[in-house]
Amino acid sequence: MSAKVDITFTVNGAVKQVSVPANMSALDMLRDQLDLKGAKEACGEGECGACTIIIDDTSVCSCLMYAADCDGRTIETIEGVQTEDGLDPIQQAFVEHGAVQCGYCTPGMVMQAKHMLNKNPNPTEGEIQRGLEGNVCRCTGYRKIIDAVAEVARS
Amino acid sequence: MDQIVEKPDTLIGKPIPKPDAPDKVVGKTTYINDMVLPRMLIAKIKRTDRVHAKILSVDISAAEKVPGIVAIATAENSPKGLIGVLKDNPPLKGDKVRCIRDEIAGVAGETEEAVDEALKLIKVEYEDLPGVFDPEEALKDDAPLIHDDKPGNLSLTFDFEHGDISKAEKDSDIVLEEKYELHYVTHTCMGPGCVIADFDTHGKLTIYTQTQYPYNYKMDLAPALDISAGDIRVIQPPVGGAFGSKLDVYPFEPIAVYLAKKARRPVKLFFSREEEFIASPTRQPARVYIKQGAKKDGTITFRDVNVYLNNGGYTSWGATIPAVMMRTMTGHFRIPNVEFHSKAVYTNNPFAGSFRGYGNVQATYVTATLMDKMAEELGMDPIEFRLKNAQKPGERTPQNSLLKTAALADCIKIGAEKTNFLEKHAANVAAREKPGRIRQGIGIATSIHNAGGAKIHKSDGCGTILTMDDYGRATVITGASEIGQGIDAVITQLVSEELGIPTSDVIIANNDSAIGPWDVGVHASRTTFIAGNAARNAAVKAKQQILAAAARQSNVSIDKLDLRGGHVVQKDNGVSVTKLDRLLRQMHFAGDDAELVMVSEYYEPPSELEDKNHVGDISAAYSHGAYITELEIDTLTGGVKLHKMTCVQDVGKVINKLGIEGQMEGGIAQGIGYGLSEELIIEEGIVKNPNFRDYKVVTAPEMPEIECHFIEDDEETGPFGAKGISELPCIIPGASIANAVYNAIGVRFDNPPITPEKIVRALHGDKIEAAE
Repeated sequence: MSAKVDITFTVNGAVKQVSVPANMSALDMLRDQLDLKGAKEACGEGECGACTIIIDDTSVCSCLMYAADCDGRTIETIEGVQTEDGLDPIQQAFVEHGAVQCGYCTPGMVMQAKHMLNKNPNPTEGEIQRGLEGNVCRCTGYRKIIDAVAEVARS
Repeated sequence: MDQIVEKPDTLIGKPIPKPDAPDKVVGKTTYINDMVLPRMLIAKIKRTDRVHAKILSVDISAAEKVPGIVAIATAENSPKGLIGVLKDNPPLKGDKVRCIRDEIAGVAGETEEAVDEALKLIKVEYEDLPGVFDPEEALKDDAPLIHDDKPGNLSLTFDFEHGDISKAEKDSDIVLEEKYELHYVTHTCMGPGCVIADFDTHGKLTIYTQTQYPYNYKMDLAPALDISAGDIRVIQPPVGGAFGSKLDVYPFEPIAVYLAKKARRPVKLFFSREEEFIASPTRQPARVYIKQGAKKDGTITFRDVNVYLNNGGYTSWGATIPAVMMRTMTGHFRIPNVEFHSKAVYTNNPFAGSFRGYGNVQATYVTATLMDKMAEELGMDPIEFRLKNAQKPGERTPQNSLLKTAALADCIKIGAEKTNFLEKHAANVAAREKPGRIRQGIGIATSIHNAGGAKIHKSDGCGTILTMDDYGRATVITGASEIGQGIDAVITQLVSEELGIPTSDVIIANNDSAIGPWDVGVHASRTTFIAGNAARNAAVKAKQQILAAAARQSNVSIDKLDLRGGHVVQKDNGVSVTKLDRLLRQMHFAGDDAELVMVSEYYEPPSELEDKNHVGDISAAYSHGAYITELEIDTLTGGVKLHKMTCVQDVGKVINKLGIEGQMEGGIAQGIGYGLSEELIIEEGIVKNPNFRDYKVVTAPEMPEIECHFIEDDEETGPFGAKGISELPCIIPGASIANAVYNAIGVRFDNPPITPEKIVRALHGDKIEAAE
């Protein structure tokens, strides 16, 4: 068992204090300690994007990040995207455009799309495609995901 | 004042979002991989590191002592039953290992750390045996024998003969003879393999599984256990993809059951991504020898096909893919004389399974590129040659598939017109002679697939129970599985359409074998057709019961009534007779006359089993597609950029526009991967690239523009005219790309994937060899 580290950070607007093994990934902490199972482990080596979260102002594969490195930082996960008023426009567009089939990649895809639009509110189609290139989807062929993101960018 | 209910627009053909999508976009959906049961243990598998070896000993004594380890299953201490289509696969191996994914032990413990530690401490002694990795080598007399009771390493054979190919060859003006080497690809479902097994105190098993085949799953799993199939309850939580990979029972599933039995606690066994690449199925790799002849006028005279399938160490459903491959080889285009022979051969490679398209991806790569080669040889254009040999409405293939429409010719003609195919094709050929680094290519490929189920079991049916509650809501309990493909949305639409209620008032229940009626599972592009018909027929029965009650109450005759907008209305003027929910309550609480709307339907399609010679009209309908690829190739780097894929497909009728487009686009992405980038590299039985970095699936930037043209000819046996559609999009693109590549650079690749390296070597091989 690895030594424990005490950390404090903000996740989806709430301050959390947890004690984590030094070798634990941010993804395992979110899923196993905070019961935030929206982010998925589909490869565990940063190749598929299913575990994407937004930390401070950048998107990361949470499987590649140590939980201990979350100390003092601000995290947004898929569970924090929906508000009391309903789905986020990106989430709504994913539903309406049929951008979801099995949905296993969807939380990571939504987080990456959100991060991309935060950085570049008016992407071209090519910029959307390149922005999502780190996120693997095996069901949809990406077209409907691209369409959904493009619609949010337009509106 | 009478309330008038206007006739709403039909729901059929509309873009209806999947009912499970909102939970999925907010991260609320609990996939099997996310599930935690009380007192659940974590389990993993100790696999071999040999490809062919005798097991001399397995020592678990040190592993058992690791704190937190609760149960270890080995061949010695577990049931001896076998799995697999030929029952040749012991879930835990005791005597020998036959491929790199073979299972030596299952370990269950309180934590993943404890399990990982214990796995390292299991000691196995082996005596290595010579391996064989090529199907034709494995057939030789002196090849190592992989299963003692399988002489010649032969697994399954399929043979079909029609007409006289020897005579036809003599009568041919030209004959082409080709060899194809079709590669390993794998599903890479985003949700890695996972199963949870749990016994109750009666000894009955509840298994939470990713299966796409829940009712046969019980039958296939039970032989490996010491319990009856009837004592297995299959629950299907949401899964991260399947694509055919979940048609078989795999060793990890009974192993989890053995551990749960030993521990008397729920056990969850799951794969890492690396394990998913190594230990989940692949598409069947095939070596195909094909000969085809034609007359000078372009009439095909014969086909002669010999296929060697690399089965790997064990026989899964994947070894039966020639049943589908054969339909295309013998029946796609008019082939008057044809022979098809296939052998699935055991080797020490990982074993192959079923994958979307089920042999037709391979068959189409071969036939569609061969059609192009032959057109060129004949001096005909690729469109003219295909149209010359396309069947007419009412023709039957040699295996007796009835082609009711002229969809093949229609698909080809529409595709050629929409893309200005012939002009571009000729211009690209002419441009090859001119200097320039970037070459443009256009190519067409076509195929056929069953689209009204496929009667490979004694029943191809689906059961449905439909009940209505006191508030006008319908619950549809269907045998059909939702694995992400969207059948929930389709059934919702069909039932809403019949009952005149909003889609939000339909609830689908379909993930528990203790509740749902039987279905053959998600395969063979059958679910919209079969489960759709079952659901629609159930809704029609419910509607009749409701309208009969309304007729008695209102003194309006039943044939003048309809359901619309939550009301029973007079059909001709839309005047409301009563509200649906009120009527349902009146029916329900009518004392001695009480009736609940609760109907059932078992739909069996009008199709027939093949006879022993593989003749039989196995599907109620067939579908054709013609896909045209436009691309460019950088002749310096070998890079292929896809511009556009124009897809013409005969779909009968679009039910859910979003769903059908999603199935098309998703299938195309997998088909592009097959043609251009995906290959599971297996050397001497070892998987060399078990990760997403080295196994290259298509990502967003590689996706071309996709333009779909649906031919809607209202299949008379389909629900509202629909056919099954979802395998052709995966089947055709690889061949279409290969033909476009040839059009661009004049090089044929009979060994996909067509990687930049292969292109560069083909174009600049002499310089590379000199440099090397």
